[in-house]
Amino acid sequence: MSARVLVGVKRVIDYAVKIRVKPDHTGVVTDGVKHSMNPFCEIAVEEAVKLKEKKLVKEVVAVSCGPQQVQETIRTALAMGADRGIHVEVSGKDYETLGPLQVSKILAALAKKEQADLIILGKQAIDDDCNQTGQMTAALLDWPQGTFASEVNIEADKLKVVREVDGGLETIKIKLPAVVTADLRLNTPRYATLPNIMKAKKKKIANVKPADLGVDVSSRLEVLKVDEPPQRQGGVKVETVNDLVRKLKEAGRI
Amino acid sequence: MGIFQRFARLPLKSTYIWSLCPQYSTDLTAVDRALIVRSSQLIQHRCVHSRVMGASPGNPGAAPPRLPFSRVTREDLAFFRTLLPGRTITDPDLLKSSNVDWLKTVEGNSEVLLRPKTTEEVSQILRHCNERNLAVCPQGGNTGLVGGSVPVFDEIILSTSLMNQVITFDNISGILTCQAGCVLENLSNYLEERDFIMPLDLGAKGSCHIGGNVSTNAGGLRLLRYGSLRGTVLGLEVVLADGRILNCLATLRKDNTGYDLKQLFIGSEGTLGVITAVSILCPRKPKAVNVAFLGCSSFQQLLETFQCCRGMLGEILSAFEFFDASCMSLLEKHLKLTNPITESPFYIVIETAGSNATHDEEKLHKFLEEVMTSSLVTDGTVATEATKIKALWSLRERVTEALTHEGYTYKYDISLPVEKIYDLVQDMRGHLGDMAKNVVGYGHVGDGNLHLNITSPSKDPALLAAIEPYVYEWTSEWKGSISAEHGLGLKKRNYIYYSKPSEAVALMGSIKAMLDPKGILNPYKTLPDNIH
Repeated sequence: MSARVLVGVKRVIDYAVKIRVKPDHTGVVTDGVKHSMNPFCEIAVEEAVKLKEKKLVKEVVAVSCGPQQVQETIRTALAMGADRGIHVEVSGKDYETLGPLQVSKILAALAKKEQADLIILGKQAIDDDCNQTGQMTAALLDWPQGTFASEVNIEADKLKVVREVDGGLETIKIKLPAVVTADLRLNTPRYATLPNIMKAKKKKIANVKPADLGVDVSSRLEVLKVDEPPQRQGGVKVETVNDLVRKLKEAGRI
Repeated sequence: MGIFQRFARLPLKSTYIWSLCPQYSTDLTAVDRALIVRSSQLIQHRCVHSRVMGASPGNPGAAPPRLPFSRVTREDLAFFRTLLPGRTITDPDLLKSSNVDWLKTVEGNSEVLLRPKTTEEVSQILRHCNERNLAVCPQGGNTGLVGGSVPVFDEIILSTSLMNQVITFDNISGILTCQAGCVLENLSNYLEERDFIMPLDLGAKGSCHIGGNVSTNAGGLRLLRYGSLRGTVLGLEVVLADGRILNCLATLRKDNTGYDLKQLFIGSEGTLGVITAVSILCPRKPKAVNVAFLGCSSFQQLLETFQCCRGMLGEILSAFEFFDASCMSLLEKHLKLTNPITESPFYIVIETAGSNATHDEEKLHKFLEEVMTSSLVTDGTVATEATKIKALWSLRERVTEALTHEGYTYKYDISLPVEKIYDLVQDMRGHLGDMAKNVVGYGHVGDGNLHLNITSPSKDPALLAAIEPYVYEWTSEWKGSISAEHGLGLKKRNYIYYSKPSEAVALMGSIKAMLDPKGILNPYKTLPDNIH
């Protein structure tokens, strides 16, 4: 198959880091904080590389939108097995307000330019939890979508996708070209091994600006305030049943 | 009292005396020999009370007979209950977990567990116990691996679990002062919020108490970078056997005024005093932490990788650990962990910690390129994100856990010259043949410390006899230590002579007698039954 897969990878604050709200409540602290690839994007990259290893697709292209630092994230994708990368340069104020709508416009434009047959994205990013980019990209391209995928199989020119939905699992067949978003159980991402990390240094990352793709990255949303969730109150231990009953009465629970 | 005490300290089988200290036999008089025979008869009877699992008479790791301490009376309980209301535990179900060690190889039958909250309470407890001649077993997180943290008979368990307050923290000097019952992981979390870290880290961090760490002079994964507790502990508050409170809680980096008493208590395993508070120097939290996980095809290449690492990563190196292929298969089999790289005979975990991520990554990548191109390393992976770093570390940290699923584990914590470390593992494999199910090696290779573990489906006296004293003699031949960081506790107390001369042990005995004349603090531990 001569298919080309486009994989979107997002650079987010690392999953294990404790998030702090900025003193001016306009956002969260990102300076000096450890960032890494969004876990669902890792799963997307892994799936694309697996398809390439099964010889079902020919080329895997990793894409990321943001400032200079996102190149690290693209390099990680390359170390996992992607063939080349595209860095869409968005920085400063534009980056702060970059959201799913602008990203999906960029991905749609790139898909047309690169003649991609399949786009695999993470189902959502762990910083904004939007869960919108995949769906919007499919709509802009007028392509079918298989979201929350826990299993993906290529059968001739169609894609069989098992989706994780509220009621259980739903299996659908969609025509290629299509957009797939990866859910947690799709696969377990591989560790980038040293030989591959070395090879990745030689792979190409092309630089592109949103304007070159004809995309306007201005936002129609304005963040008014960012607050921490209310602190969780500790529980209280009591010594006897009578104490328990008394405390419940005091709290107005009984 | 004197003669009774003397023969009560004698080991169980008379032949044992001769095998361990040949020169002693010439000093025995007819009276002594008669006493030995008599004591063996009495001791067989008393053996019932010492439920050391897997022990048999003649096994130097087994418990000696119970010394003539008093037994807890109603009056004692009344005293404790008045002093510690609601914190004097006598319920057998609650006592059970404190009577058994983490490895489930040693069990005592204490009937009283005390949970003081303050140093003053500890002082009153010990004063009372000293007057009444009641034995006490101090207990922290009960994660020790040599049976030192649980009672042997009915010693009163003195737990630090409620002494868990941080007293002060100075964020300019990085000096933390806290009570002895603070859990290591909690202290780490407290410090991380303030941009510092604890100078030690070990697999047991979720349960171990800092007081216990200090009493055992715990080593751990960061010793390579930050040194041992003997350097990082600045002061201690200790309660002595008779209840006197020794306040040496200095928070000074430099203080040369008289003998440094705290060094006596560090590593004394609760036998010279009960540590109630610690002041410790903490390093700044590194801004950039990276972990590399590498595979080597031979131990020689592992050592050369270590040399290269020291040269190219030197000042940012914070840990260099290894484990062998047998450990990896146990991790895969019992804990379902995945090997991130291709199968190799040896695996290395390298951690770097520095103040500048870009610089450190550059140094690390240069090092990795060097070891890959020179084929010292056959495969590897790198992690810079916290989640991946935790995943790679867990491969090394959970080996101990994986081993517990294999049945009964015989654990040896040996210090050797670095080049000899794996020779011991291979030698043991050859020596034990089919008797052992697994013979694995892992540990702090950067510190010259091997954790040799041997497993069998169940406790096997024949296997134990083949391992000991062979492993100790091997260690002694290369002038190594038979217990690098785990301490002696109950299980290894009688092997001290493999690593220390008799003059040293005799002096230790004198110090013990001076600080604890009645011997109530953690009896049957650390010092050998027979000091000569």
